[in-house]
Amino acid sequence: MEDWSPEAGTVGEALTRQGVSRRALLKYGSYLATLMALPPTAGKAIAQSLAKAKRQSVIYISFQECTGCLESLTRSFSPSIEDMIFNLISLDYQETLQAAAGEAAEKARQDAMAANKGKYVVVVDGSVPTADNGVYSTIGGKTNVEILKETVADAMAVLSVGTCASFGGLPYANPNPTGAVPVSALVTDKPVINVSGCPPVPEVIAGTIAYIVTFGKLPPLDRHNRPTPFFGDSIHDRCYRRPFYDKGLFAKAFDDEGARNGWCLYELGCKGPITYNSCATVKWNGGTSYPIQSGHSCLGCSEPNFWDLGGFYRPLPDPTDKRPAAVGAAAVAGAAVGIATAAAARSRKRKATHEGGPSK
Amino acid sequence: MTLLDFARGPAIDAALIVFVFGIAWRLTWLLFLPHSVDFSPPRPRAPGRIAGAAKGFIRHMWPASAYAGRTMFGVINSYVFHIGLAIVVLGFAEHVLFIRDLTGFTWATLPTGIITVVAVVTLAALVVQLMRRLFDPVLKLISTAGDYWAWFVTTLPVATGIATVSHLWLRYEDLLAIHILSVCLFLISFPFGKLMHAFIVFITRSQTGITYSRRGAEI
Repeated sequence: MEDWSPEAGTVGEALTRQGVSRRALLKYGSYLATLMALPPTAGKAIAQSLAKAKRQSVIYISFQECTGCLESLTRSFSPSIEDMIFNLISLDYQETLQAAAGEAAEKARQDAMAANKGKYVVVVDGSVPTADNGVYSTIGGKTNVEILKETVADAMAVLSVGTCASFGGLPYANPNPTGAVPVSALVTDKPVINVSGCPPVPEVIAGTIAYIVTFGKLPPLDRHNRPTPFFGDSIHDRCYRRPFYDKGLFAKAFDDEGARNGWCLYELGCKGPITYNSCATVKWNGGTSYPIQSGHSCLGCSEPNFWDLGGFYRPLPDPTDKRPAAVGAAAVAGAAVGIATAAAARSRKRKATHEGGPSK
Repeated sequence: MTLLDFARGPAIDAALIVFVFGIAWRLTWLLFLPHSVDFSPPRPRAPGRIAGAAKGFIRHMWPASAYAGRTMFGVINSYVFHIGLAIVVLGFAEHVLFIRDLTGFTWATLPTGIITVVAVVTLAALVVQLMRRLFDPVLKLISTAGDYWAWFVTTLPVATGIATVSHLWLRYEDLLAIHILSVCLFLISFPFGKLMHAFIVFITRSQTGITYSRRGAEI
């Protein structure tokens, strides 16, 4: 018989206090295992280690962002945001959700950093402006760069939530007037996990945090430092419209017969083949749907530079630039050079003929 | 900038500029070169220039019976990969999208499965063609580096295209970038080597037909 008795300060104790049963915890462990594509037996192990895990201290800071990532997280169905805050983690600082404001809020951050030195996880959403000494975004008189460096100094790891924090996102897009950079450009001495998306799938944010709490280590990461359990497959490979792609059946417009028949949206600019995320499997709003299922092509929002890929409605095979005028100029220049070369040959022939030499 | 961004951006733009410049240069140069005037009178019952050109072009599409034994396999194999290339380039949805973006023209496409089969057959025919060039003593003797380069830049997009569609070895975005870059290499090489025959063949064979017909040669 396994030992499930909760200890003080653990997730298990928090759950017991709220009347959550062992069965419910097992169910949740199974859900997490499924979400992360782990074997079914891992569900029990996850539940057991969750029960014994210490509640993870989390400091959540926001920089150049739209709050969409937090909006997404608060719509996490499993674990719900309440589960997250009250059971899995100790959310010690989050400007939008916390009651404290001003100096009291900043003190909460300082206290959490001091109390959990070397153990807390910093969650960041938003990119960090660096142009003009970072004046484009400040909190309590400090620039985002200063707050980030101060907060991550004693952190265990950093979680960049959303494409802005992960890859720069919209602020980073050309012409990037604020000199925005992703978190990983400034934090080089700590592990940085990117949970990209605009916004990220809520279950993926919550699932990544749950992974760290459950296993006490960072999840395996892909080449963009994203957790592979959630970013291992492309949208295209998991898309229910994929058979139409293989058959060559494409919607030509968002309101044509092909679109009504649910055919592939590749020709309408779908970036699913180059986009890695869990949208097609975990879906949104508690597994209800995802953009392609709703009739719109994938924008590729979890990939670097997705704003600058030539347009949301330009198909992948199209060049990212509109046809440069230089192509037309090249045709004219080529013809001019050809005519000039032929004229020179004619001149040589005429000269040779007049001089009585052999015609060449 | 990722490899795919580079391929879809500056690389394809530069390749198209070089391709268009080279084609325009080679064609205008060829058409405006001084021609030798044939002062001899046309032979009796010699067809006109257009009929002679058409006859010459069509006649050269198939080997004469005297050479059939030696060349038939090579001709058929060439047809296989030329027709295969045409089907893959003009029938695959992704390629038609690229052409539509470039020219505004579009047409119906074929299912990916059919394109994949045709592409594999095309690749096999290209490999056979290389084998012939390497092991046939006559072909080997007359082959130049330009011939092998033309084979390489033609085969590379076919091979990378199959890998891209089949998601072989690498991630899709990397395969797509490599495929587009291989097409860039093809486009840049096209006007300056043996590949230019795709345009010039119509002029040279027609001119041969005109000359032979005027002189009464039975072709």
